[in-house]
Amino acid sequence: MALLQIAEPEAPPLPRKHQLAAGIDLGTTNSLVATVRNGIPVVLPDTEGRPLLPSIVHYGADRVAVGYPAQDALVADPQNTIVSVKRLMGRGLTDLDDRRFPYRFIDAPGMVQFETRAGRRTPVEISAEILKSLRLRAEAALGGVLAGAVVTVPAYFDDAQRQATKDSARLAGLNVLRLLNEPTAAAIAYGLDNAAEGTYAVYDLGGGTFDLSILKLSRGVFEVLATAGDTALGGDDFDHRIYCWMIETSRIGPVSPSDTRLLMLKARDAKENLSSHAATPIVATLSTGERIDVTLDASTFAGITATLVAKTLAPVRKALRDARLTPGEIKGVVMVGGATRMPQIQKAVADFFSAPPLNNLDPDQVVALGAAIQANVLAGNRAHDEDWLLLDVIPLSLGLETMGGLTEKIIPRNATIPIARAQEFTTFKNGQTAMAIHVVQGEREKVADCRSLARFELRGIPPMTAGAARIRVTFQVDADGLLSVSAREQTTGVEAAITVKPSYGLADAEIARMLEESQAHAAEDVEARARAEAQVEAERVLAATASALDADGDLLAASERVSIDAAIAEVRRLLDASDRHALTAASAALNRATEPFAEKRMNRSIARALTGRSVDTLADD
Amino acid sequence: MIDFSQDYFALFGLPRRFRFDGAQLDAAFRALQRDIHPDRYASAGDAERRLALQSSARVNEAYRALKDPVSRAQYLLSLHGIDALGETDTALAEEFLLQQLARREAIAEAHEEGDTPKLEALLEEARAAMTVQEASLAERFDTPQDLGKAREVVRELRFLTKVAADIEAAIAELEE
Repeated sequence: MALLQIAEPEAPPLPRKHQLAAGIDLGTTNSLVATVRNGIPVVLPDTEGRPLLPSIVHYGADRVAVGYPAQDALVADPQNTIVSVKRLMGRGLTDLDDRRFPYRFIDAPGMVQFETRAGRRTPVEISAEILKSLRLRAEAALGGVLAGAVVTVPAYFDDAQRQATKDSARLAGLNVLRLLNEPTAAAIAYGLDNAAEGTYAVYDLGGGTFDLSILKLSRGVFEVLATAGDTALGGDDFDHRIYCWMIETSRIGPVSPSDTRLLMLKARDAKENLSSHAATPIVATLSTGERIDVTLDASTFAGITATLVAKTLAPVRKALRDARLTPGEIKGVVMVGGATRMPQIQKAVADFFSAPPLNNLDPDQVVALGAAIQANVLAGNRAHDEDWLLLDVIPLSLGLETMGGLTEKIIPRNATIPIARAQEFTTFKNGQTAMAIHVVQGEREKVADCRSLARFELRGIPPMTAGAARIRVTFQVDADGLLSVSAREQTTGVEAAITVKPSYGLADAEIARMLEESQAHAAEDVEARARAEAQVEAERVLAATASALDADGDLLAASERVSIDAAIAEVRRLLDASDRHALTAASAALNRATEPFAEKRMNRSIARALTGRSVDTLADD
Repeated sequence: MIDFSQDYFALFGLPRRFRFDGAQLDAAFRALQRDIHPDRYASAGDAERRLALQSSARVNEAYRALKDPVSRAQYLLSLHGIDALGETDTALAEEFLLQQLARREAIAEAHEEGDTPKLEALLEEARAAMTVQEASLAERFDTPQDLGKAREVVRELRFLTKVAADIEAAIAELEE
């Protein structure tokens, strides 16, 4: 029998624990979760071996169903079965063509809501059901609480849509390590897999969104040069064209919501069939007894969708113009999203770039795989030889409303993030003591043509003559592409700041309330989960501190080291105790104790990056 | 906090000149981001994450300022205490302005007629004009320096940049 091992009584060295991390592709039609196992990214299937989770949520009489079970209710209960909710994230009722949806919508400030059997639900809450289902799948497969997840979003998502996605993930109990742009995720998976170098385009046509990103891959750096897209264009729209064609050719009258669902499903099957067949029969019997029995051939399909295909090429040209490149300068086009299987899409892309597109990765899975790779690295599992870096951009310009309803751009589209930029404004009237700040996103000159993100007021400006006050407005976009804005009157120091959340998205209190509500009905043991989460967080902080001390402990004075060690000891003491509140407090205290140390480390990193290597060696680094 | 009071050139370890090796700037920028990007600190403490965000944002801003020749010239002028775009200013040369007026008319006309190829040709023309101006900019910063003239060229280039952006917007609008 092997000898049992016993650890030292005092402060045993904690081994660098592998952190459980996942990448989640929250799609319009299907969603996936992936992780990195033994250095290889893999999609985690459900218990029946299916990799995809249909992005469908059904509010039944006594329970909420997600995925395939929800799909079964699609035709029978259209009003309580929500599909393609991603199209409504961060959107108001005025943004929608609501004739296309069978739902009962409620116009609410900020974001549209659904009247369901279970009560009012926002797109954020509905998406959270999908994300929660994926989280549970990952935690069952990996055998523990996730330390963090990377959730992907269309690159062309604006601030409201990104914020809604992040809120949704938090609501689903996920620690969001990063929001990652879908085409960028695909580029990581493709680039690392193929050791690609050069300038590539990623053509990503999903169920409801289209993105085109141009990236330069060079010596382990993925640099996004430009991105363009359409967040209301995807495979769904091709289904809809087939649906309209069926109704026209079969000359049937107004169709009920339930029959619409049935025909949309038939349309999607037909679309998928046409990717490998020259023609496909479509047969259906409606609840009215009317019968549809038609055959759709590939050239008719290409004809009725030609305008949609052409619509994807406008962003392609725009991104190329922004990157100042011609199609011939693109080394390869990576195809992403199930909709790129359509032959007319493949042909259009091949014709435009005069080169066959790259299809060697599964277009349904590549985004989740890329997200898993990044999640693994961000969670702290970076391997020694894994030294790649991602530089992404903001898709749409950010600005402020100025006199006359015009937009003043502060941060231009395609600026590399994170970024912070400030601009000074002044008062318009004598004695003006307040200033309304209206934050907008978009490219158009008139504010009315841009998306309104937030409004806030800077008050308490001392009365001065018009033009004398100096109000400095600072925009900061973080690595998730999320904006926060602050304003400050320079002569008096009067300040106002907001994260662009309260007016378009959910307030923290609202998230807390929703979390409580959802947990009240949850099957999992809420307290046990909270304790596990506190432990994961404590271990994360301990590991981060240990590796920081390991690398740069010499920067600390003896007294500073003593206070950090004391904070570490306190966290360790509470790690296995039952009081999770005390553990959380101890983790926070350790975070605070290491703040001055963090600053010293950052300075050293900067110094190291430049000195120590001469400029000559930098050039061919 | 990092010493961001040093100028952008020093931040990247480059000589304070208009002409320099772009590859060196790229390499220095990447070396910095490799060490300070928020992705490197995603599992670090709150303080380090905040610092990484701020530092990385500053480095991005500095890189942007130096990478583009027009912003680089503008930045160099500001280091000499010259505000290239200040309001209280002499007008641009009449010849230049007349040229731009003609250009704007052509753009408006092509936009109205929905003539995308014409707009694309105009864009190429504007960009070609910019390339010529950018080349002349380099000479202004050489010895003997002529900062007054450099400032004029920067102002003209900013004008052209706006023209090019407007053409791009017009094309994008037509394509939608």
